[in-house]
Amino acid sequence: MITTDILIIGAGPTGLFTVFEAGLLKLRCHLIDALPQPGGQCSEIYPKKPIYDIPAYPEILAGDLTDKLMEQIKQFKPGFTLGERAETIEKQTDETFIVTTNKGTKHHAKIVAIAGGLGSFEPRKPLIENISDFEDKGVEYIIRDPELYRNKKVVISGGGDSALDWSIFLTNIASEVTLIHRRNEFRGAQDSVEKVQELKNLGKITILTPGEVKALLGKEKLTGVVVEKEGFDDFIIDADHFIPLFGLSPKLGPIANWGLEIEKNAIKVNNALDYQTNIPGIYAIGDVNTYPGKLKLILCGFHEATLMCQSAYQRIFPNKKYVMKYTTVGGVDGFDGTRKEAPKAVIKSID
Amino acid sequence: MQDIQLKIIDRNGVTHEVIAPTDMAMNLMEVVRSYELAEEGTIGICGGMAMCASCQCYVNSDHELPEMSDDEDAMLAEAFYVKENSRLGCQIQMTPELHGLEVELAPES
Repeated sequence: MITTDILIIGAGPTGLFTVFEAGLLKLRCHLIDALPQPGGQCSEIYPKKPIYDIPAYPEILAGDLTDKLMEQIKQFKPGFTLGERAETIEKQTDETFIVTTNKGTKHHAKIVAIAGGLGSFEPRKPLIENISDFEDKGVEYIIRDPELYRNKKVVISGGGDSALDWSIFLTNIASEVTLIHRRNEFRGAQDSVEKVQELKNLGKITILTPGEVKALLGKEKLTGVVVEKEGFDDFIIDADHFIPLFGLSPKLGPIANWGLEIEKNAIKVNNALDYQTNIPGIYAIGDVNTYPGKLKLILCGFHEATLMCQSAYQRIFPNKKYVMKYTTVGGVDGFDGTRKEAPKAVIKSID
Repeated sequence: MQDIQLKIIDRNGVTHEVIAPTDMAMNLMEVVRSYELAEEGTIGICGGMAMCASCQCYVNSDHELPEMSDDEDAMLAEAFYVKENSRLGCQIQMTPELHGLEVELAPES
């Protein structure tokens, strides 16, 4: 069981900054995210795109913002459960919470802060009639263990970076790799596109474009796919695995069943005070919450995280006196023993 | 600058006649959101960067539309429910020439 003071669900910018504000109050944080890396949308959807409304940054790339936040919070040593989705929550008799992920990892925390953005990112499934029958029987939407494909016949579909990169990677493992895309053009990093071209010329990858997988064949498990390709009759390719890589789309998911008040696909919070939900001890901050006048901006998430941490502190230590300290005055004491502080002025007389 | 009229069929098949300003740098996806014609969180997920296809729509009138960028074209190549007249709403800016535009929102995917 992982134990922490504040369990943050969602490792996007708002969730990451929460670690900093909590750290100033000597509260420890642990983050859960369905994606395999921190940064949320900023690293998953648009890492190379600039953001212009982060105060004091006239321009910053979304990926760099994530890196800077990770740097800013590192002395508070946050824990991460990545690649897992928060599934259930149980309130304990002592008002603490146990949150369990889809992989069974349990987290025990005094406070839960949902910073889930638009929800957890789930793979977009192509519209093939019987595809759900083959899930984990030859159809995988995410590659978890490349060894699964050793000496197997693999068909990948999609036209972006992940389709290109996995096609390249799997040529060294699988016995056959076929890449199918609806267009002749691929949208990916230049060197990935070139590498695929090279592997195609060497006969290590079969490219079928413009084409589309229309149906799946097999009884117990996948044995082949039916391909539709311009200028040909539909044909069958033998396949042990079909990996559709059409990107991810966010879904609010299991959080919607936690008994929280939901409005417009977002969690209603008390914005007059501390962004607490209808369940005391559970807060919602950033894009995942809603209140009158809500704006889904990263900078608003930072503000919400800051107020939320003050409230969390009072909930954990109801009788402790505390006033907010400026970091310039108080410095930053990390849980790793480091200390950042303003340099002392020199007091010296001038002759 | 003037306001224009649009006809938008939502995902439930209901037709809405709406008025859109042409002087607010708004695109079609934003017009749909401003009138709440699709559930919040199911449209404009990437914010309008042609990176998610959640604002895909079918253009039913024969207005001349801005040319498709490579990004939009590539995104539609990976989207589902794509038809000949598919466009991403976030790439269609509201201009006086689009008065009378008729579109239908593509299903959520």
